[in-house]
Amino acid sequence: MEQHQPCSNSTIAEADRKLEQIKLAIDQYKQMKGALIPILHEVQDVYGFLPEPVLQVVSAELDLPMSEIYGVASFYHFFSLTPKGEHVIHVCMGTACYIKGAQGILDRLSTELKVPVQGTTEDNKFTLEATRCLGACGLAPVLTIGEKVHGRLTPNAVPKMLKEYN
Amino acid sequence: MKLLTDLDAIRTLTQGRLDNRRISGASGESISFRSVMVCGGTGCTSSDSNKIIAALEQEVAGRGIQTQVEIVRTGCFGLCELGPVVIVYPEGIFYSRVEVKDIPALVEQHLVNGKPYDKKIYEKTRQGDELLNFEETDFYKKQVRIALHNCGVIDPEVIDEYIASDGYRALAQVLTTMSAEQVIDTVKRSGLRGRGGGGFLTGLKWEFAAQQNKPQKYVICNADEGDPGAFMDRSILEGNPHSVIEAMAIAGYAIGANQGFIYVRAEYPIAVQRFSKALDQAREYGLLGDDIFGTGFAFNIEVRLGAGAFVCGEETALIHSIEGHRGMPTPKPPFPAVEGLWGQPTIINNVETLANIGQIILNGAEWYAAIGTEKSKGTKVFALGGKVVNTGLVEVPMGITLREVIFEIGGGIPGGKKFKAVQTGGPSGGCLTEEHLDCTIDFDTLTSLGSMMGSGGMIIMDEDTCMVDVARFYLDFTRDESCGKCTPCRIGTKRLLEMLDKVTSGKGTLEDLEHMEQLSLQIKNASLCALGQTAPNPVLSTLKYFREEYLAHITDSKCPAGVCKALISYEIDAELCKGCSLCARKCPSDAISGKVKEPYVIDKAACIKCGVCYDVCKFKAVAIV
Repeated sequence: MEQHQPCSNSTIAEADRKLEQIKLAIDQYKQMKGALIPILHEVQDVYGFLPEPVLQVVSAELDLPMSEIYGVASFYHFFSLTPKGEHVIHVCMGTACYIKGAQGILDRLSTELKVPVQGTTEDNKFTLEATRCLGACGLAPVLTIGEKVHGRLTPNAVPKMLKEYN
Repeated sequence: MKLLTDLDAIRTLTQGRLDNRRISGASGESISFRSVMVCGGTGCTSSDSNKIIAALEQEVAGRGIQTQVEIVRTGCFGLCELGPVVIVYPEGIFYSRVEVKDIPALVEQHLVNGKPYDKKIYEKTRQGDELLNFEETDFYKKQVRIALHNCGVIDPEVIDEYIASDGYRALAQVLTTMSAEQVIDTVKRSGLRGRGGGGFLTGLKWEFAAQQNKPQKYVICNADEGDPGAFMDRSILEGNPHSVIEAMAIAGYAIGANQGFIYVRAEYPIAVQRFSKALDQAREYGLLGDDIFGTGFAFNIEVRLGAGAFVCGEETALIHSIEGHRGMPTPKPPFPAVEGLWGQPTIINNVETLANIGQIILNGAEWYAAIGTEKSKGTKVFALGGKVVNTGLVEVPMGITLREVIFEIGGGIPGGKKFKAVQTGGPSGGCLTEEHLDCTIDFDTLTSLGSMMGSGGMIIMDEDTCMVDVARFYLDFTRDESCGKCTPCRIGTKRLLEMLDKVTSGKGTLEDLEHMEQLSLQIKNASLCALGQTAPNPVLSTLKYFREEYLAHITDSKCPAGVCKALISYEIDAELCKGCSLCARKCPSDAISGKVKEPYVIDKAACIKCGVCYDVCKFKAVAIV
């Protein structure tokens, strides 16, 4: 759910700036064949997810129906139609990590944060996600929080790790 | 635009730098210049190799020895288990698990005083008081690096270093001295087969595309490395990106295409960044563009990011994704070589396949064909992972045995545990057992055993791994990744997963096993693309080789490996328990009670089987029963 906040001038300016960035990207890619996916990447980069009003703009600019955009956006795991928490935790569920106990890490995170997998905590601080192989198998089991990589984890190391973000 | 003579000049200028990055036998004070190579692959970067580089630069500058030392961020050295890895030449000292706090002493002792920094020397290089050449250690000595040949040797972000290492010489040779037919013939005679999983002859694929009489053709590099546990393509893009660019241009010349695309996972930021930088450099040097080497040949490459769909590793699905649609496969024929991207003839080659091309052109088809077995030529890169001592990336000649890779190169199973199975081919492959350890690794042998080469993930499992749970894990993956287009795959994998869930939760019946086998064959035979056609392989191979584990789950309600939660419980051994209370304090569900210094007890009704007590007990008093 989006929270209604009083609109200050700075948030309006911020929103305009973001939309301007998307429009620039659309102009850049418009003439290119297969432009939709690169544009969706740009939207997700700027907003952290794919907000419907922005997709309406993409739809109008590319002259593509929303149904087709929704079809593409919902097909790929990388794209999200809902906003994420401040810190997104990606627990690698690749085979090497799974064999080395990734499920235990994921379960422990779910207990500690009191959210199901793919859920966001009530304070919007963390989103917990199980992700495809991160390819850092030498560090298994591994997870990322934002850009930071945490490797060679045990379930018991989870609470201490989370404290870094509180 | 650079001409051939310009490349020669760059080579001469830069050669000296590369020559120093070899073991020369010199030691101590006789060395006037050292090369400090720091692994910048994703694994080592994740364990802060960037901070190590910054600390090295700072310490070296602080001591005023900048002119005697170069610090190079390279691609992957392969031994990810011991990362971050730092190698110092010309002595070739291999440092493992280096931390930022080691750097001042390492710089002082080794780079200033010429004596290796003992604390972080890779144990396996010690032989008495002597230090062994790391290339002679078990991990490296049987490896043959062709696809990975520049990884760990050059700075992937400096095109001149690639050129000095014979880079773009193959492209020059192709464009100035060979016809397209000769290029295709060379690749065909080398016997190179696709490294992405299909194993189709690369030269033949090129020939099909070359035969199409169309003005517009495309070359696509498939870098949508999706197999969980496989990361060789990423390492090549990170460690030697120009080798892929060069090969794509060669492929373009061979089939008559002037446009290439690389479809790379968005989840690989370092690879995307290094490849994009390499593209910019190649364009700036005129090694991509309208008139390469002044021969009139034009070739350009665009980067397209994948968006996390395993099925896009399939050729037709990948094409639809580049076209901007849902990545759903379409039936073949028509093959992409005839009708591919936007309906035009297209070849799709995997990263590792392409990384071999330049070497084949330079060294000749016969050289390449002399490596490997009769029908599987050359080398294959494997990502060793799971329960193995040396987790990492290895490149071995085809025809090597599983035992050599797992027990010699991989160093065997850690913690004194027993080897149980090896899984190759990712979600499309199968699990092999101890009795297969002496089988050779090549396309046909692995397929005949019910597994497959796949893209090169090799996951080792020990006695603590439940094979039914592993099959369930893979099915959960393929069910999730099924694009949903064809019914056998969409519904079949779902039903198969449900049956596996039944078994792992202790509710399975013997009839379920029969149904699973039957359904697996139906999915294999009726699915549209390779995802569905191979999805049941993990189930079929575990049913074949580990049937007794399935039976233990069903008839004895036991999970022999102690993994499946519904079939295990935790107990405290009163004799081993010292009454330290740690488990009770850590238990998230307050299921453990007792008095300090007396044995504690787990209330099974309250226990959520999270395993925390088992992990924290220092006296091994908690047992899985």
